[in-house]
Amino acid sequence: MAQIIGLPKLSPTMEEGVLVKWVKKVGDKVSPGDLVAEVETDKANMDFTIEDEGTVLHLFVKEGETVKLGAPVAILGKPGEDIAALIAQGAAPAAAPAAAPPTPAKPAPVAASPAAAAKPAPVAAAAKPAPVVAAAPGPGPAPGGRLLASPLAKTLAVELGIDLRTVTGSGPGGRIVERDVRAAASDGPRAVATTAIVAAPAVASTAAASADTALATVGEQAGDWIDVPASNMRKRIAARLTEAKRDVPHFYLMRRFDPAPLLAFRTRLNALLGDRGKVSVNDLIVKSAALALRRVPACNAAWVGDAIRRYQRVHVGIAVAIEDGLVTPVVRDADLKGLGVVAAEVADLAKRARERALKGHEITGSTFTVSNLGMFNIERFTAIINPPEAAILAVGGISDEPVVKDGAVVPGKRMTLTLSCDHRVIDGALGAKLLAVIVEQLEAPEALAL
Amino acid sequence: MAVISYREALNQAMREEMERDQDVFVMGEEVGHYNGAYKVTQGLLQRFSERRVVDTPIAEMGFAGIGVGAAMVGLRPIVEFMTWNFSLVAIDQIVNSAAKMFQMSGGQFNIPIVFRGPSGPAVQVGSQHSQALESWYAHVPGLAVALPSTAYDAKGLLKTAIRDDNPVVFMEGETLYGTTGEVPEAEYLIPFGQGDIKRAGADITLVAWSRMVHVCLDAAKVLADDGIDCEVVDPRTLRPLDVPIIVDSVRKTGRCVIAEVGWPSAGFGAEIAYQVQRHCLDALDAPVERVCSDDVPMPYAKNLEDEVQPQVADVVAAVRRALYLDA
Amino acid sequence: MTLPDSARVEPEQAEPTTVDELAPLYRQMLAIRRMEEAAAKAYSQGKIGGFLHLIIGQEAVCVGSIATLKPEDYVVATYREHGHAYAKGIAARPIMAELYGKKTGLVKGLGGSMHLFDKATNFLGGHGIVGGHVPLAAGAAFASKYRGDGRVTVCYFGDGAATIGGFAEGLALAALWKLPIVLICENNQYSMGTPLYRSLAVEDVSLRALAHGMARDRFDGDDVIRVKRRIAEAVERARTTGEPSLVEIVTYRFRGHSMSDPGLYRTKDEVEEWRRRDPLNRARERLIEVGITAAALDALEADVKAEIEDAVRFAEESPAADAYLPYVTKGAQ
Repeated sequence: MAQIIGLPKLSPTMEEGVLVKWVKKVGDKVSPGDLVAEVETDKANMDFTIEDEGTVLHLFVKEGETVKLGAPVAILGKPGEDIAALIAQGAAPAAAPAAAPPTPAKPAPVAASPAAAAKPAPVAAAAKPAPVVAAAPGPGPAPGGRLLASPLAKTLAVELGIDLRTVTGSGPGGRIVERDVRAAASDGPRAVATTAIVAAPAVASTAAASADTALATVGEQAGDWIDVPASNMRKRIAARLTEAKRDVPHFYLMRRFDPAPLLAFRTRLNALLGDRGKVSVNDLIVKSAALALRRVPACNAAWVGDAIRRYQRVHVGIAVAIEDGLVTPVVRDADLKGLGVVAAEVADLAKRARERALKGHEITGSTFTVSNLGMFNIERFTAIINPPEAAILAVGGISDEPVVKDGAVVPGKRMTLTLSCDHRVIDGALGAKLLAVIVEQLEAPEALAL
Repeated sequence: MAVISYREALNQAMREEMERDQDVFVMGEEVGHYNGAYKVTQGLLQRFSERRVVDTPIAEMGFAGIGVGAAMVGLRPIVEFMTWNFSLVAIDQIVNSAAKMFQMSGGQFNIPIVFRGPSGPAVQVGSQHSQALESWYAHVPGLAVALPSTAYDAKGLLKTAIRDDNPVVFMEGETLYGTTGEVPEAEYLIPFGQGDIKRAGADITLVAWSRMVHVCLDAAKVLADDGIDCEVVDPRTLRPLDVPIIVDSVRKTGRCVIAEVGWPSAGFGAEIAYQVQRHCLDALDAPVERVCSDDVPMPYAKNLEDEVQPQVADVVAAVRRALYLDA
Repeated sequence: MTLPDSARVEPEQAEPTTVDELAPLYRQMLAIRRMEEAAAKAYSQGKIGGFLHLIIGQEAVCVGSIATLKPEDYVVATYREHGHAYAKGIAARPIMAELYGKKTGLVKGLGGSMHLFDKATNFLGGHGIVGGHVPLAAGAAFASKYRGDGRVTVCYFGDGAATIGGFAEGLALAALWKLPIVLICENNQYSMGTPLYRSLAVEDVSLRALAHGMARDRFDGDDVIRVKRRIAEAVERARTTGEPSLVEIVTYRFRGHSMSDPGLYRTKDEVEEWRRRDPLNRARERLIEVGITAAALDALEADVKAEIEDAVRFAEESPAADAYLPYVTKGAQ
């Protein structure tokens, strides 16, 4: 019995993916665990492995196409089966997704076209088709979670600083159209707009007070800017970090400490390692954070709405800058791994991150993240938490400065760590305890070898 | 400036070009002694003799082919079809000989020919004499397709067509011959691929050619009473098509209605709609609307003929849809 | 079985001729035969694509008739026109390169086998729509009359075109307007796979001239000198009086309609009977009769062989076609 295979969830935050490459083609036999395609998600290129047995009878998706989660990508069955009905079902916009995505994306309503009428009307009564109009709902997204707005309305909303979610659409199916945006901007009567798009809004709206967020200011000529299309990754970063900063109540704790013992310890370690590798200051901080999370397990947790989920294992994510974005590969069980192993893993993950060669499981599942901008001479900074984690550690650079030692001012070194905490999970005192343990271990780094 | 008829403007264009160039001649059914079935060639025989104003028997494929052969060796024929409906028995010569010769001969032979005549629905002449075929010809590389809507455009475009070194399909509005307009005394030419704003407006762009320009202008008057300001754009030639003038207008107004007298399926308006969405997506406030004839051969009875053809009311309704006024 | 007129089972008395007259005609026919054979071979090797219509067996028609023309006269032909192009003075090299679809082809690889054109020799094509070129040829003649330039147009078409409107209309208008044209029906007995008796109520195509009061002629096309003499009359008529003629030349193609036609609609006996009357053999025997030396004949044949081999080599080694012509409308000048 042939079946439709949908696009599986290949990362926790994935909503769609680009089918980069089909490994299997029509006519190939597959069995569970076989690699069938490579899919670029919001995070990386992932392997799409099949969990069914059969022969590939049809592919719905071409290489390079973007596919919604759960949308049909292939048909599996026995050679020679009649799959016409399945193909039609899979190609139909309302096809039932094979895997239930968390937020089903409904297709836009399709207006019945006159050509689709089963019987042509007799010539004598050939009425011109009337526009299809649905009752306009109130403000907010249309049913199905999609905000319906004309391209011009969207363009104008950016220009006038209007949040489309606050606008009531007066077009078919509640579509927000130009006049609705202008009405929201002026709170004036809804009339046919006679202003050209480039004209200044007649009334300075309250929303336009956030004019600094507008992309284009009045009077600028086209050609004064260029729009660089956002990659899938960029869009995900934008959405996720906006969400994190907006929904997670951050607070920040900072500690300065003396890294001299840590540097000396690192020198001794690297002498021991010889040409088998190198341990960086960041590796030592990762290890320290992992051990601290084991000692302060309440911070190795996540807010899940009606509970605090405590993780039994410690997986530390490392933020790595790559071209046009960043990824966070994970060192699993970092608290259990020796320093040499952690160092080697981090080096390998960072290298493959830059090559975009990370596998899905390598960039998911972290319980805590470390972000280091020391190499850019950043003294200290505050990082945005990577949900659903409860905290992130921001590592600044090492600076030479006068320090007070035994009542005298002497030359020394200082380093600053900043812990961003999710207040729903971690209170001030708890966060301070975690940071204290991290620093304590870094100031007496032999502890990291325990 | 003189006010003359569309018919007279075409006659002037031919007369001037025949004076200017000995290689230009007119050929077709009833173009000479009868002075033209639609009187467009009136007086040319008296002026230029039978050598250059050639009455043909009823043999469209034959004389269209003779035109192509004569053009191949350097003459500049103007071949009149009594109506474009009859071009269908000569379409092999237009499409397979005239349009392809330049490419097929490796650029050695160009065909400086004009095929001209009335086109589009007339009044109560039935299915075989009332149809718009510009979309057929605009599909063919190697042809230019011109459809003037005014006397001024008719003269300027026909002179350009006669001087063009490649085949031109020149479609005159059968119901426009008697319309009048200002035409300057001094010589002028209108380049192909250069549209014209027939009415400036801010709220919506109406794209139309030939007779539909006038229907759109009438619709614009009706809509103006409701405070709706229409811009009417006439591309004047469908091939080459002035895409920028349409795009600039739609970027300004944010809405577009395309009105043509042809049938809906694969009509040229669909190509314009494609160009509009391709270049103006972020400026569009509503889907591009099309107004066409109903999808049937033209009936004879007057009431049904009016029913089938796009009327002012149909254009008004499409504009109101595009402005969400009846939502 | 389609056979030559029974009245002419015994070949007619051969036309009087000389080595000087016949040798160049024999050379042209032989070059065309070798060129067509080389094309067939290249086609079978996949080096020539599409349609390939060979003229093998009919060489005397184009060679004998074009021999009567001046360089400024126009020739309009069908898609079976390699021989006509060669006879009009186009070299084997650009013809072969065009078949190969090369940049050095006669029309830069844009036309192919069916669309040979050459302004320099007044060869007006190479037309692929059956009968569609007849009015076009009448148009070239119309232009000659319009200008009074004294040129003659010769238009070739097959027996298969006798039923189509383009032929009927071109013929009617040429007669009505007294255009200086010679319309030559190259009757090779079959419109693709349909024999004459199944496509024409009256098999004599030249009779169509009677309806238009036009001069007509009909004869066998196996003697190149006969073709030359009889067509010369029609060309002279066009040049001096401006009157058109319709001439039917009965001939036979030894190969199928095109390379994809195995020719199963003909019997072996029939093909053999026509091969016996091969115009090339006939011309060769006649050359020996009128006194060509063995050495001269050998030299001629060796020269042809070298010419066609060179043309093939040229086509093989030429660069691929590199550009098509963009659609250009210049508008007002």
